[in-house]
Amino acid sequence: MLAPVVHITPLTKIRRHRELPFPGNIIVRQGQKVEARDVIAEAQLEPEHILLDIARSLHVSLEKADDLIQRAAGEFVTKDDLIAGPAGITQRVVRAPRSGRIVVAGDGQVLMEVNTPPYELHAGIPGTITDLIPDRGAVIETTGALVQGVWGNGRAEFGLMQTKLDSPDSHLTRDMLDVSLRGAIVLGGYCDDPQVLQKAAEIPLRGLIFVSMHTAMIPHAQKAQFPVLVLEGFGFHPLNAIGYNVLVTNNGREIALNAESVNHYKGIRPEIVIPLDAGNDLHDMSLAVEDFSPGQKVRIIKAPYIGKTGSITTLSQEPLKFPSGIRALGAYITLADDEQVKVPLANLEKVI
Amino acid sequence: MMSSIVVTDSILAIDIGSVTTRAALFDVVGSRYRFMAAGTAPTTASPPFSDVREGVNRAIYRLQEITGRLLLGSDGGLLIPSQPDGTGLDKLVVTLSAGANIRVVAVGLLENVSLESARNLASTTYATVTETISINDRRKQDERIDAILRARPDLIIVAGGIDGGAEQSVHKLLEAVGLACYLLPRSQRPQVLYAGNSAIQEAVESAIAPITDLHMAPNIRPSIPVEQLTPAQAQLTKIFKTIRSQEMYGVMDFDQWAEGRILPSSTAFGRIIRFLSHIYDPKKGVLGIDIGASAVTVAAALKGELTLRVFPQLGLGDAIHQILNYMPIEQISRWLPEDIANDDVRNYLYNKSIYPASLPATREELFIEQAVARQMLRLTTQKTMSTLPPAFKSAGQNILPWVEPILASGSVISHAPTPGQSLLMLLDGLQPAGVTTIVIDQNDLLASLGAAAEANSLLAVQVLESHAFLNLGTVIAPVGIARKGTPILRVRATFENGTETKHEIKFGSIEVIPLPQGQNAQLHLQPLHRFDVGMGGPGRGGRVNVVGGTLGIVIDARGRPIQLPTDLDRRREAMQRWLWTLGN
Repeated sequence: MLAPVVHITPLTKIRRHRELPFPGNIIVRQGQKVEARDVIAEAQLEPEHILLDIARSLHVSLEKADDLIQRAAGEFVTKDDLIAGPAGITQRVVRAPRSGRIVVAGDGQVLMEVNTPPYELHAGIPGTITDLIPDRGAVIETTGALVQGVWGNGRAEFGLMQTKLDSPDSHLTRDMLDVSLRGAIVLGGYCDDPQVLQKAAEIPLRGLIFVSMHTAMIPHAQKAQFPVLVLEGFGFHPLNAIGYNVLVTNNGREIALNAESVNHYKGIRPEIVIPLDAGNDLHDMSLAVEDFSPGQKVRIIKAPYIGKTGSITTLSQEPLKFPSGIRALGAYITLADDEQVKVPLANLEKVI
Repeated sequence: MMSSIVVTDSILAIDIGSVTTRAALFDVVGSRYRFMAAGTAPTTASPPFSDVREGVNRAIYRLQEITGRLLLGSDGGLLIPSQPDGTGLDKLVVTLSAGANIRVVAVGLLENVSLESARNLASTTYATVTETISINDRRKQDERIDAILRARPDLIIVAGGIDGGAEQSVHKLLEAVGLACYLLPRSQRPQVLYAGNSAIQEAVESAIAPITDLHMAPNIRPSIPVEQLTPAQAQLTKIFKTIRSQEMYGVMDFDQWAEGRILPSSTAFGRIIRFLSHIYDPKKGVLGIDIGASAVTVAAALKGELTLRVFPQLGLGDAIHQILNYMPIEQISRWLPEDIANDDVRNYLYNKSIYPASLPATREELFIEQAVARQMLRLTTQKTMSTLPPAFKSAGQNILPWVEPILASGSVISHAPTPGQSLLMLLDGLQPAGVTTIVIDQNDLLASLGAAAEANSLLAVQVLESHAFLNLGTVIAPVGIARKGTPILRVRATFENGTETKHEIKFGSIEVIPLPQGQNAQLHLQPLHRFDVGMGGPGRGGRVNVVGGTLGIVIDARGRPIQLPTDLDRRREAMQRWLWTLGN
């Protein structure tokens, strides 16, 4: 059976597709070095148009109105520029209500696209543009540590990581946050207090990483103006041993916190990239495909062993019966403390 | 019903679900079609493959291992037609439910008339209506254009005006649609389905067709009281295929190999339910429910008239937590037979949405998932019931109409640890009324059979008659309310060997009369206190012939709608007792 992959690794080559949700303009070139906050593409996600009824405004027929329109599609206009007219004894005219571009003119009407701030797509990670994706974005390549999470509030930032994680099963409380953390991205344990988010906004922090989070925090985290990423899941869960080591050893480094929302169809999940220099002999493992097999390092994603990592000892050829009574293909896993547990394959992901 | 063979084509049915891809093989054994075996593999629509063909190939390889029959050639292509040495297959049918929901903008003249019909049409497939536009919404034309652009639709359904009715207002709405499409890059323009006033089809054609792909369908609201979705559903199926082909690698290949027989799984599911409604009791409808990872599909048909509703915002996969948008968590936790905190239920839902393919390995997680399934069944059937035509008769408002049989699909039901758990989920969730048979689609074949029925209707009939489906038993559910412990039904069962048993059923209980699979019995039902078993009205009884099933004859005397004990301990005790009665 195909093994889904989670990346929790101290050093790897990382290639990321950064794409606009809608076609737009790419403003980087192949080979260009970018920083995490650099804009690589932009698009009009919230277009705004104004339809001007020339015929009605000038009190003329549609045909006559077309003759009186002074602008053609594609022309840029500024506020109060003449659009149509003059007409009649009073020399009625239609002027541009705002600055923008004429997109359609005819049938007695003019449709303008008015200037609105474009949506900017940031690089998210520092690296090199290796490919351009026409009208959509670019592929960025870098090297470093990579830790993937399970939930994000859709925001991204780059900054210094400060850990408030004493152990894999610690909690993050509001009294652990103070002004000395201003501008930092804080890594904390389990959090169930929405006021932690409020205090983070007041300091302000640049981002928050929770090992796990209470579900009541979700609406608050979604409203936060900084990225919030959850590593293990909802409810109290300790951080897996591999992730703990990677993150704690990189305390004080700059990280790219990409708290993207999970998209199963696009294969997107939130992640932390810690840029580190490395040689050229690293391979991009993001598209690694393998079936489950003995010896693989895996992470368990469901109760009763959620968050634990270990290695596959044996794979069952026939369905196994689990405490719930369900029967499914499974594997025997040796956990870090040498305990042997039986887990459905559907509840495992391979750690790379 | 016996039917004889007239064609001998073997059929490979591929079902590409959001989590699992299945390859099922049907062929002739001893002059009748049989389901041979199925191979499954994870669906590979998302990275790293981003191509559904990999998952399909893996499912077919697994099927080859199980059957020992070669279906793929050395070039990796399907061996069509079948060969005298037993390799290959004759026909391929494909059903598809994988993929993000289709984003729809629904446009209609009046909010409660044509716009409602446009919404109803969208609800027959895997679609989410992200924006609606009507003449009631008071927005200016440029605001409507921006609303369409911001909605980023894959499809715009325009349903305006009854036949012979308003034209000018429809043109105004179409102008906004046309301009919005025009403003998008050509490759990003949505499909447009026009299913409004037939009198202006030509004008619509000349206004929209030069800008984007336009599909025409007969008016879905030809008059105020009449809604006809079926002809437009055929167009919707074509559009679904077009959109999926554009966004998902491999779909186009399968459509060619299947000679155009690729269908949305929900459409195929509806088709088989409609097909069955021609076969079963013409006075009752047939009900099908598929509770999948990406959606819940409810199909009800009576004498060939189908009502199909797809709920892509629900399902037990990545949208599972969205059930909390429809009900307080207590509605779910009331079905838990053990003490599990609401926080744990909420955590389970959100964690499951992160890993939609994961399985409940502990008892607690299984109970939560089954509780959610009950509420999803309840919610979706209640919503569907309000759209059923009047020909469906029921014992009262919010009571499921008399149907025979009920077919249930989806792994939470078909792969529950015990048949008793499967049945209890359906009894609690659907709350069937009267006398009906419950059939489980244990091999997840219904959608495939719906797709195959077009190519070979005999296959569908014969496979349905085979052991590929699990008959859980006959359910008798008297409708009414009484005090717990009050006798509400007398049953006299006469078995094939001439023996007879008598039962007095008390309100609040579930009773089982054993009747093994394949055996027949005649029941004489005598409802008391004006309880209704669907035999002509409250208090009316009669004789009914029933066939045995895994659980025999199950009498659900908990009344309709079920009133669970309000006391927590008594409720849990009752649930455990019901589970125990059904053999858990």
